[in-house]
Amino acid sequence: MTASAAAPALETRGLCKNFGALEVSREVNFRLERGARHALIGPNGAGKTTFINLLTGVLLPSRGDIFLDGEDVTSLAQAKRVKRGIARTFQINQLFRGLTVLENVCIAVAERLGVGGSMLRPAGRHADVIAEAMRLIEMVRLGADAGRRVVELPYGRQRLVEIAIALGLNPRVLLLDEPAAGIPSAESHILLDAIATLPKDIAVLIIEHDMDLVFRFAERITVLVSGAIFAEGTPAEIAANGDVRSVYLGTALDG
Amino acid sequence: MDLITILLGGLASGMVLFIVSVGLSVTMGLMGFVNLAHGGFAMLGGYVIALSMQHWGLPFGWALLLGFVAVAALSVVLERFFYSRLYRATELDQVLFTIGLVFVMTAAVTLGIGPNSQSVVLPDWLKGQTDLGFIQYRSYSLALIAAGTLLVLALWLGFERTRFGATIRAAVDSRRMASSLGVDVGRLFTVTFAIGSGLAAVGGGLGAEILGLDPNYPLRYLVYFLIVVSVGGLGRVTGVFFAALLIGVLDFVLKIYFPKGGTIFIYALTLVLLLARPQGLFGKKGG
Amino acid sequence: MAVSFTAAEQLARRHRFQWWETLPWIAALAAFFAFPNYLAFATQVLITILFALSLDLVLGYAGIVTLGHAAFFGAGAYTVGMLASHFGWTEPLSGLLAAALVAGVVGLVSGLVLLRTHGLALLMLTLCTMTLLEQAANMGAAWTGGFDGIPGLSFGKILGLFSFDVLYFRTQYLYVLTVLLICFLVVRMLVYSSFGQSLTGVRENLLRMHAVGAPVRIRLVIAYAISAALAGVAGGLFTQATGFVNLAVLGLERAAGVLIVLILGGYGRLYGAFVGAVAYMVLEHFLAKAYPTAWQLGIGVVLVLVALYARNGIPGLAETLRGKRRSAP
Repeated sequence: MTASAAAPALETRGLCKNFGALEVSREVNFRLERGARHALIGPNGAGKTTFINLLTGVLLPSRGDIFLDGEDVTSLAQAKRVKRGIARTFQINQLFRGLTVLENVCIAVAERLGVGGSMLRPAGRHADVIAEAMRLIEMVRLGADAGRRVVELPYGRQRLVEIAIALGLNPRVLLLDEPAAGIPSAESHILLDAIATLPKDIAVLIIEHDMDLVFRFAERITVLVSGAIFAEGTPAEIAANGDVRSVYLGTALDG
Repeated sequence: MDLITILLGGLASGMVLFIVSVGLSVTMGLMGFVNLAHGGFAMLGGYVIALSMQHWGLPFGWALLLGFVAVAALSVVLERFFYSRLYRATELDQVLFTIGLVFVMTAAVTLGIGPNSQSVVLPDWLKGQTDLGFIQYRSYSLALIAAGTLLVLALWLGFERTRFGATIRAAVDSRRMASSLGVDVGRLFTVTFAIGSGLAAVGGGLGAEILGLDPNYPLRYLVYFLIVVSVGGLGRVTGVFFAALLIGVLDFVLKIYFPKGGTIFIYALTLVLLLARPQGLFGKKGG
Repeated sequence: MAVSFTAAEQLARRHRFQWWETLPWIAALAAFFAFPNYLAFATQVLITILFALSLDLVLGYAGIVTLGHAAFFGAGAYTVGMLASHFGWTEPLSGLLAAALVAGVVGLVSGLVLLRTHGLALLMLTLCTMTLLEQAANMGAAWTGGFDGIPGLSFGKILGLFSFDVLYFRTQYLYVLTVLLICFLVVRMLVYSSFGQSLTGVRENLLRMHAVGAPVRIRLVIAYAISAALAGVAGGLFTQATGFVNLAVLGLERAAGVLIVLILGGYGRLYGAFVGAVAYMVLEHFLAKAYPTAWQLGIGVVLVLVALYARNGIPGLAETLRGKRRSAP
């Protein structure tokens, strides 16, 4: 369904980022449609994580604009963008390792519900926060581990906590930075299932090197090389694209 | 007192601060380690210098060398056995360890040698005054200024012109990149730490007349060394140099004109400076 | 899904009072009867507990490393002292409120300004702020009594009923104990609230807190200001209980002392302040006076060992040992 009149969930226009003389992102014009299942691939050093950092506000662009649902968010701080509906997971888990899974997700949900700063009521009395957190934890099939401290979980399950936290923010746009990274292939199906069950109305952008995951998940693929968009299209188009194969996919598909 | 006299006096103080603090700045910039015990190395060095001259009759120059070597050796031992275990630790643990170390050093010196202050007897060629043409001034202070200037030049040359210096600069800028380029970061730390502590030792001995030398030295001057290092910018030799001179001159002037609590101005200035530029006057942003 | 229900239930009940939480208070009351000749000292222990509690809020929970917390203790102490000495304001409870207010404002202003930095710069700035106040108190001798401070203060009756017991400190002890209880309940409430959870989040993973949309700086500033107010109450109690105030309330020694107390007792655990204060002050009372240098050496060694091996104070060390025994064959 192409609702051309509606603004895309996420859009960048002429996005550039330089570190001194080093151009890390070059004139990136990117659209993420609502409800999209979009993948961003590219060789190492292509600037994919930098792009995510620009989108979420961890980095500010040198030039260009970012629009979330049509609103200009280019100069907004990270926390404010989260409130507007962008959530991300990190390439390396960024969790509250000493706290339990439930506490981790509760912190995110509490912030989203606006009670993160509540001082007078014990956190345990916010039944709505706890219930919502449990719902998300069940959704990523971590229910049995809810009471365990994150540091005790195997890395693959910790990855799922990352996703649960991001979902707890009720985002309109979800950015997953290499969600399969660090997960042994024996456990990767857990991740695949979690991603498959993501709500349909969230626009999802996933950075990945695991081509298997990319081609099973994505409806649209963007290839980033040296900070600029190299190619864009459906998975079939990208797989057939000779330039993409030679620059990047060649060995991955043959091997 | 006229302007020149004040300036020279302040510069001499500043030079002592520089010689002691430069090691702290480089190791903090390089290792990211909050070493509150740095003043302790200065004190220990001062004691080695003072006592070797008193009890063994060692000449001044040799005593300075002995101080450098002895404290550098001690610091290598401490670094290999203790400091290195805390490089990945939280800031709090580093603070606790180094404060504890200062207490141990202070108490050990008090118990082993005594609570009284020591003096470093200057050699004859440093006593008295020197005629500079436009003014006659204490030879000792002039020698301090000369020593500090020579040191900053030597360090600058060392950092800019030698491979070792370039390695340190690279590692200060990015430890991860340096180690991925094959630098033995552990050995770099140890050597730099040793040199920095050795310099502090020399500073402790050289500056004994100005800063004093007693078991409480490290705690008394802790805040000043930290101010010099923070204001100068971590790992910036030139930064520490100018910050030390600035603080030295300010302190000297304030103690003359506002003896009762005038130094409050230094703390206020540091506050304002660090708020405007948390990385210090010369530091790298985002550090 | 019985296991997950338990997890949610556990979280829902975490804040409930456990039976053993009454023990410290029973012990404190017992001390009143058991040590009638040591109540002056015991009062100081209670004041130190309150001071350490306030530091735990910023250090143990929010993870802000500060060496300058005595700035707020001193602000409260001098407020009470100057009000009594220059304005004849000797009503104790309102004096405490004034102390809390002044210290809280100092904490708010300095927090707004300092908490823009982190790491070494922040540590430096906390030290600078405290030393600045110390120098200011030294300079403003007309108000603060300078180096000698303000001696010989006496205060009015608490609630108009209980007068200060200059000989045996009975009133002071119970008064301070009551204030400590109230302040403790406040801290406990904060720690178990969502606010307290978010502070822990900031300490555990700052990047993540930003990434969940939390207004991190505002939370830290509020925590810092509340902690400052509590430290100010402790300082005010100090002046009221001892009848004098001098520069020592603002010194590095007091700031380092309370840090050591918290480290010994374990930070980030509400009752760490209790354990640490009692342990430290009792040991100090018996050892420091007799052998000050050996005391300094001992404290130094303990700090070094704690930093290297026992990251969570005495309770943490006990836990580590227990854990080792369990896993040994």
